[in-house]
Amino acid sequence: MFAPYLLNAWVVASLVAVASGCAGFFVVCRRESFAAHALPMAAFPGAAAAALFGLGQVYGLVVAALGGVALLLWLKRGQRSDAATALLLVALLALGSLFLSLSGRYADSVYALLFGQIFAVGPGDVLPALVLGLAVPAVLLSGFRPLLLSALSPDLAMVRGIGCTRIEILFLSVLALAAALALPVTGALLVFSLMTGPASAACIMVRSPRAALALSVALALALIWQALALSYLTSWPAGFFTGVLAALLYLAPRIWRTARPAPRSPGLA
Amino acid sequence: MSLTVTNLTVRYGGREVLRDVGFALEPGAFCGLIGANGSGKTTLLRTILGFETPSAGRVERDGTVGYVPQKLQIAADMPVRARDLVALGLDGHRLGFSWPSAGRRRRVEEMLASVDALAFADQRVGELSGGQLQRVLIAHALVSGPKLLLLDEPLANLDLRAAAEIVALLKRVAGQGVTVLISAHDMNPLLGAMDRLVYLANGRAASGRTEQVVRTEVLSELYGYHIDVIRVHGRILVVAGNAEAHHHHDHDHVAAIP
Repeated sequence: MFAPYLLNAWVVASLVAVASGCAGFFVVCRRESFAAHALPMAAFPGAAAAALFGLGQVYGLVVAALGGVALLLWLKRGQRSDAATALLLVALLALGSLFLSLSGRYADSVYALLFGQIFAVGPGDVLPALVLGLAVPAVLLSGFRPLLLSALSPDLAMVRGIGCTRIEILFLSVLALAAALALPVTGALLVFSLMTGPASAACIMVRSPRAALALSVALALALIWQALALSYLTSWPAGFFTGVLAALLYLAPRIWRTARPAPRSPGLA
Repeated sequence: MSLTVTNLTVRYGGREVLRDVGFALEPGAFCGLIGANGSGKTTLLRTILGFETPSAGRVERDGTVGYVPQKLQIAADMPVRARDLVALGLDGHRLGFSWPSAGRRRRVEEMLASVDALAFADQRVGELSGGQLQRVLIAHALVSGPKLLLLDEPLANLDLRAAAEIVALLKRVAGQGVTVLISAHDMNPLLGAMDRLVYLANGRAASGRTEQVVRTEVLSELYGYHIDVIRVHGRILVVAGNAEAHHHHDHDHVAAIP
């Protein structure tokens, strides 16, 4: 399981988990779960186009994910209907499938991009993962307070001189980078699990924002390591374990919290 | 003056929401901004804050401003305690990860104590009652030491006791020299505390000292409906009068009260 040829997989998966745990905390606090689902979808045709034109996959992913940010903002500003948004996302998936079909590597590539193929990570994937895996947490931690305050209330943030539109664009762009980083590991359909499962569980389990952020990263690391280990031991897909463990991680504290008696509220009525 | 609003006009999509609004508040004034829903109270507050650009007129503020918004929809699971929200009022605009410091913690504790919120300082914001949340929001707004405090309908959805306690708290804040401008659609909870009143109707404003405005003939003119001002046990109550006493009044002719 820890053979030298698998070392790259462990390193890249760990970087993905740290970036996803950080980004996921803000996804949950800012109620941007839809963006966490949509941006990997938008990145998918970028990776497919890179395969078609013989370019590095990471470049296609980053460009397409950032294009997805522009698309999301356009959909939000125009208050487009849910149906229009859903159709657009499916159209992006369809575009990706066309690119992969034209590239002549359809079946394997579709599987890898939609569900991830962590054990196929090579030495050339480590450096881009390292750059993105460090840049995403660095940017999010430096903007920790404005991101949190604007998540609580855009009005309170504006009173403190925080430009909410700029903050939103910045956050979605960082989220796009995190999605581009995570997609080869977990696949477009499962990035969402890695981002929201550990972060949601952390937000239920602790009350302090700093503690929740740290716990989100720790749980994301634990999740991805378990998924890798179980995948190695069973030969089942790592994506399967990622999705199932993320769901369990989310459900367990929620059930525990629902089952325990409600805390008494001190102070005023 | 702590706040001076001069000939303020605000338009949305060709519709005039505020027209030629003007009033001034001295430091430490406790002023009620009264008007029906949709009368432009929130627009006026947002224009004072600089969120909206007026078509004409100007707003002059002396010093920094604190704000308590009308709505704060926070999920119960959001990992933000009351003390975290107050701390964000101190340095929420700053970049960089904030490490806990004794000075910062002490300032937050003092502010929580000043609004009687220490008992629920470690509760999640999403789990607070309406009255508790208002106290924490007021602490958030005051922790940076503003000269002017604007509150958008802070008494809406509060029970009588909680509303009275928030008003008493705000009166204490005004007593410390902070100018308080509080919007409300029902002026009764504020009557014992406010010393000035700005009334908005059809985009126009009338302002004056409370005893000048809270009179049957003035309020009936402003509301366009018969209003009774009743004194009970030394307190003043404003109630809608008998329907038969209804008189039609044209709001377009609301005049500023000296």
